[in-house]
Amino acid sequence: MRAYKSKDNVQAKAYYTDRFYVAPQVPKQDVDCDETFSSDLEAIKAKFEVKEAYVQVGQMVVYINAHDIYGVLELMRDELEYTQLSEMSAIDWLAKDNTFEIFYQMLSMTKRKRIRVKYFIENGQAVDSVEALFRSADWAEREMYDMFGIEANGHPFMKRILMPYDWQGHPLLKTYPLQGDEFAAWYEVDKIYGKEARDIIGPELRDTARVDRYDSERFSRLGFEVPKGTEITGEEEPHVESYQEEGGVFLVKKFDKESSKVIDDPQR
Amino acid sequence: MAQHKVNYTQDGGLPVALTSIDKIVNWGRSNSLWAMTYGLACCGIEMMAAGASRYDFDRFGTIFRASPRQSDVMIVAGTLTKKHSEFIKRLYDQMTEPRWVISMGSCANTGGMFNTYATVQGVDRIIPVDLYLPGCAPRPETLQYGVMLLQKKIRANKAGNAQKAKRLM
Repeated sequence: MRAYKSKDNVQAKAYYTDRFYVAPQVPKQDVDCDETFSSDLEAIKAKFEVKEAYVQVGQMVVYINAHDIYGVLELMRDELEYTQLSEMSAIDWLAKDNTFEIFYQMLSMTKRKRIRVKYFIENGQAVDSVEALFRSADWAEREMYDMFGIEANGHPFMKRILMPYDWQGHPLLKTYPLQGDEFAAWYEVDKIYGKEARDIIGPELRDTARVDRYDSERFSRLGFEVPKGTEITGEEEPHVESYQEEGGVFLVKKFDKESSKVIDDPQR
Repeated sequence: MAQHKVNYTQDGGLPVALTSIDKIVNWGRSNSLWAMTYGLACCGIEMMAAGASRYDFDRFGTIFRASPRQSDVMIVAGTLTKKHSEFIKRLYDQMTEPRWVISMGSCANTGGMFNTYATVQGVDRIIPVDLYLPGCAPRPETLQYGVMLLQKKIRANKAGNAQKAKRLM
């Protein structure tokens, strides 16, 4: 027999619990192992300060200073042929040392290489927008603002992109609860009906997988339907729900379940 | 002399059917349920399949309308996000009475698998729902069955009475 488990909350849970877990790093190689990367790195080093550089999984990672980002990306786009900004966003390290790590994933179609440019900023610090260099940074920076609260200086339309404009909180921060804070839990009720409707509508029921066959207020058992609120004893008569009333419907052809063809071949 | 075979002397002599106002009004309402296209996610695909020729909603008189002002039933098919919740309320308010709501699929019923901060945990937190269809996503047959049950529900009510407010606010 299976061991008894409490049925109070049967909602599937995440199998991991530590949201501050940091995955171990794969091995890093020296930049000298690749000719293209070493010449690119030399070109960047000639004009800007490079804090750290290595090759990981065939891609070069370059750490620079936060105020150099526009110049570095301009250099990479115009002289080093890295013409595409595939992705950019932030990583939350607030729990470790109160910083965000910003990354820009660059792609060169001619060289067939990818470089990741990274830097750290303090919590509350803004970054320089690269929207003037890459159009793809427009929405990426808006999303970074929406999800982490990091503003981009010089962006033409620095507003939220996914969450509503009047939303409070930044959902991708590691401190943000998955099921939302107090504001998120009551957002639609507060906005549409007002705070006084909270008591009438009630809190969110988060255990959506729960089924209770003895609760006839909120559940009904297929083939054993009873009126709402009836006490269920377990000795209900099975009953077939018909499409139409017994006497038929005015001017509508009677749909007869018994005479209809039932296809029982699942491979039909 | 007429060539057709109508026997006017049968059934009291006249081709007339007698009924009550309730029955004829409800007959009209239940057999011309114009649905509002409200496909929010993958359930919308099943809703479109139910409307297309294989399942053919037209033979139930259910015709999809793109305007809330022309529709009687709102089929909420898919995940309702919190950002969208104010629009569903506005569109529901724009529908003329009598109006009905079918909540189609797990996401519209309870939030479904989206147990997160951004999803409304059941569309009945915003608007009153007449019929909940289980499934992820429900097959078109389920939606057809749901519409037929809604027709039965409409026929069971008095036509003349104003629709009772389902949620007092």
